[in-house]
Amino acid sequence: MNSERPESRERPEAREQPDEAAPDGRGRPIGRRVFLGTLGLGALGVAAAPGLQRGLESFLAGASDKDPTGLTGLLPNGGGFRYYSVTSSVPRKSAGTYRLTVDGLVDRPRAYTLADLRALPQTRMVRDVQCVTGWRVPRTPFEGVRLSRLLDAAGVRATAGAVRFTCFDGAYSESLTLAQARRADVLVALRMQDEDLGHAHGGPVRLYVAPMYFYKSAKWLSGITVTEDVEPGYWEERGYDIDAWVGRSNGRDDEPTN
Amino acid sequence: MSPRTDLPPTATGATGVPRFTRTVRWVHRTTAVLMGLCVFTAACLYVPQLAQSVGRRALVVTVHQWSGLALPGPALAGLLSRAFRADLGRLNRFGPHDRTWLRAALRRDKSPSRRPAGKFNAGQKIYTAWIAGATLVMLGTGLMMWFTHLTPLVWRTSATFVHDWLALTLGIVLAGHVGMALADPEARRGMRTGTVGRDWARREHPLWRP
Repeated sequence: MNSERPESRERPEAREQPDEAAPDGRGRPIGRRVFLGTLGLGALGVAAAPGLQRGLESFLAGASDKDPTGLTGLLPNGGGFRYYSVTSSVPRKSAGTYRLTVDGLVDRPRAYTLADLRALPQTRMVRDVQCVTGWRVPRTPFEGVRLSRLLDAAGVRATAGAVRFTCFDGAYSESLTLAQARRADVLVALRMQDEDLGHAHGGPVRLYVAPMYFYKSAKWLSGITVTEDVEPGYWEERGYDIDAWVGRSNGRDDEPTN
Repeated sequence: MSPRTDLPPTATGATGVPRFTRTVRWVHRTTAVLMGLCVFTAACLYVPQLAQSVGRRALVVTVHQWSGLALPGPALAGLLSRAFRADLGRLNRFGPHDRTWLRAALRRDKSPSRRPAGKFNAGQKIYTAWIAGATLVMLGTGLMMWFTHLTPLVWRTSATFVHDWLALTLGIVLAGHVGMALADPEARRGMRTGTVGRDWARREHPLWRP
């Protein structure tokens, strides 16, 4: 087998040695086959992905339930939430420093403290969370004050048509039409997964728009402004749909979240 | 860009052997930088801890997209160099000794006599071909996710799936590539300076005729 292995190693650069195997530059073009094979497998992977994905997701969902290390969370579609922030750092707000202002085309603008919001009637909903990038977290409880309650308390004027949301990260914004904002499944959320909202999940207060892709559920909510027309939010300026119904927008066909 | 023969002596005193021309080294260097950018930005988009400390999602996405798009550039530009094309030719062709090398590698047999290799060993040849193919698959699926209106929805979801899992595989393979380089200073010197020691060349690449 190793007949091409030279016995004399004194002068490897000597050209007079018989090169039976012709090591470099000749032989079968296997490199090209590996290259084209990899490309072909990639294309096959795209074609077979829907089936493969279903199988893997159900397997990983089961595995992540029994995984104490949390490593499965790092795998693609390994289950669980992913942290997205559009700014470099987000200030922290406590019960003492947090304020939510309601203003714009309203008769009674006001600022709520965390305690004010907690004192209002709370609504708990359990739905799936669907991100527009593909991940989905099933059966996630959210709890908070219905947005319609805050709007009614502020007295929305007849000329109003939309609601704009701003956030204390200093950059993110979102908006809904007034009709969308008045839906019963739109909350100013104080709790998620039956715990107070942590900073990473947009705490202490975030928006929760149950029937829409999760980018509508703005984290670190600090301002609610009633406006005449819808103003596109942060990601909507960057190409996302403004009406972000799960399964009926952004070119996606996910199952509805209820 | 023809290999120089009047190279300075190596640190060990033996004369050096020219291994990579300046063009080849620059192709490797720029590819490595772009690949590093892709991997780092991908990690910032994916790993929750990194995502939390870095943030700036729109900027990270932009860097990832453009470094990915540019990734095949250096190698394509390198095709203008005869030396680079010659190295690609050597990487492409497999002789009987490559089968011997692969068998020994599968048995974890590290003795140099069982690992015959020309300028490139069989492992390096397979790595090159696979990483080139995988990079283009990443580029293709990445473009499908970037320009979402160009392809039907099902394709895009599938592209995301392939992009994610191949990214994980690529990360592991790249870590292996970097790990092997870290373990072999002389191989790194070859890529850094273009020259390797004669003893090293004789031991690691006995069939190579520089």
